Amino acid sequence: MLIKKPADLRYSEITPKALYLNRRNFLAGVPAAFLGARELMSPSARALAGTKFPNVQKSKYTVGDEKINSYQEVTTYNNFYEFGTDKSQPAETAKNFKTSPWSVSVEGACAKPRKFTMDEILALAPLEERIYRHRCVEAWSIVVPWVGYSLSVLLNQVQPTSKANYVAFETYYDVKQMPLGPRGGLPFPYVEGLRMDEAMHPLALLSVGMFGESLPPQDGAPVRMVLPWKYGFKSIKSLVKIKLVSSMPTATWNAANPSEYGFYSNVNPKVDHPRWSQSSERRLGEFRKRPTLMFNGYGDQVASLYNGMDLKKNY
Amino acid sequence: MLKTRWAKALAFAACLAPIFLLAWRAYTQHLTANPIEFITRFTGTWTLRFVVFTLAVTPLRKLLGMPDLIRFRRMIGLFAFFYGTLHLITYIWLDKFFDTGEIWRDVLKRPFITAGFTAFVLMLPLAATSTAGWIRRMGGKRWQLLHRLVYVTGIAGVIHYYWLVKSDIREPAFYGALVGVLLLYRAAVAIRNRKPKPAVKRAAATS
Repeated sequence: MLIKKPADLRYSEITPKALYLNRRNFLAGVPAAFLGARELMSPSARALAGTKFPNVQKSKYTVGDEKINSYQEVTTYNNFYEFGTDKSQPAETAKNFKTSPWSVSVEGACAKPRKFTMDEILALAPLEERIYRHRCVEAWSIVVPWVGYSLSVLLNQVQPTSKANYVAFETYYDVKQMPLGPRGGLPFPYVEGLRMDEAMHPLALLSVGMFGESLPPQDGAPVRMVLPWKYGFKSIKSLVKIKLVSSMPTATWNAANPSEYGFYSNVNPKVDHPRWSQSSERRLGEFRKRPTLMFNGYGDQVASLYNGMDLKKNY
Repeated sequence: MLKTRWAKALAFAACLAPIFLLAWRAYTQHLTANPIEFITRFTGTWTLRFVVFTLAVTPLRKLLGMPDLIRFRRMIGLFAFFYGTLHLITYIWLDKFFDTGEIWRDVLKRPFITAGFTAFVLMLPLAATSTAGWIRRMGGKRWQLLHRLVYVTGIAGVIHYYWLVKSDIREPAFYGALVGVLLLYRAAVAIRNRKPKPAVKRAAATS
């Protein structure tokens, strides 16, 4: 039977057209639609923005008791400076961002460096839904149901060597597709970094979707990082390169203004941004501010990563 | 034409346009996913714009040869104060929810708030003494001297904006350039007006 249940309705409405126009994927999807089998459905069709992921598993790394922000809020209020510095801009200017074909190169201090195509990334591990709090350094926050799996799954594939002390990340950059990039006041490509133990922490999510579907471009399609205990800018979008390195890598905001944005940038209500307080935040959709939690409320899981470190110095 | 009552009414309506635009956006739910931030930015930007408009009146009178523009300066200046007040109320009420302790900490500790607060406070005496009666009571010279505080408001307003942004400085730089040009114009006029004076004195002495 081909009757669709309401549960199959997509959050975004762009996709059916995109799928329809992409004839090869569409044809590949036909048998899958008949058989209802995930394995037969073209993975690249699944990678298109707004494509619903079947069989997304529940995860234990989920905040249970908080209201999820609306799809509208999460997709129209974005800091993605490559697509403009106004938060309402990326939803418009990233609309035609080309995310297929896509691959992520994982290289550096590892035994088996290689490129992963998007199809390979999607097949590497069962996709989990993880509802995370997301706290921006600008003192607003959202709750998002991400889809993905721990970054450690991907990193283990390449077998990091003992020299891999840090992980360096890089966002895709193409000024032709991102003409507003040069006006943002930041050098691109956008780069970020983590210490190896942070990157291997199960909470560090390699995300390919949200709200049960693949990511829309303005939220970092087709694959991004989500680090819920750190300020949002650490969670790099539209990933193309991951490099295992021995010394602390450059991070874009940190390099642009080291006194304001630390390498660690863990959410910390006691360490203010030099220009504004970090003690409270505005959850989108709420009127009154709420207090900001240490490590954004993920202290039980991640605090031990920073034992003995002065978090005022290592902000 | 600038002298008619209608011109003033029209200017008044035009000055109110931003607030109607904001109300319309609120009504049609176009205040973004973070309405409080949007209202704060909106009222702040319009305050700065009206400060620039106020500063532009005197140069434009000269450059366009339209001395009657002076009839609008007080109104425009008071609208700068009006939007500044809305901006401050937004911050105190919507953003900080009357948390006075937090607000004072902000004013004293956060340079960008200090700058914005300074810009606003300096507008208070100007708004209070904006009537013809006060010009008479103070005397034109002293009144004019006091009202030069608007120069500081303009500079502090731009700094307030500049210190707020993270990396994209284009907008504050734009307003900084406008305020800069308008103040440099005044500096140039002041220098030019000072030069002939010794000549006049000498002429007076020799006569």
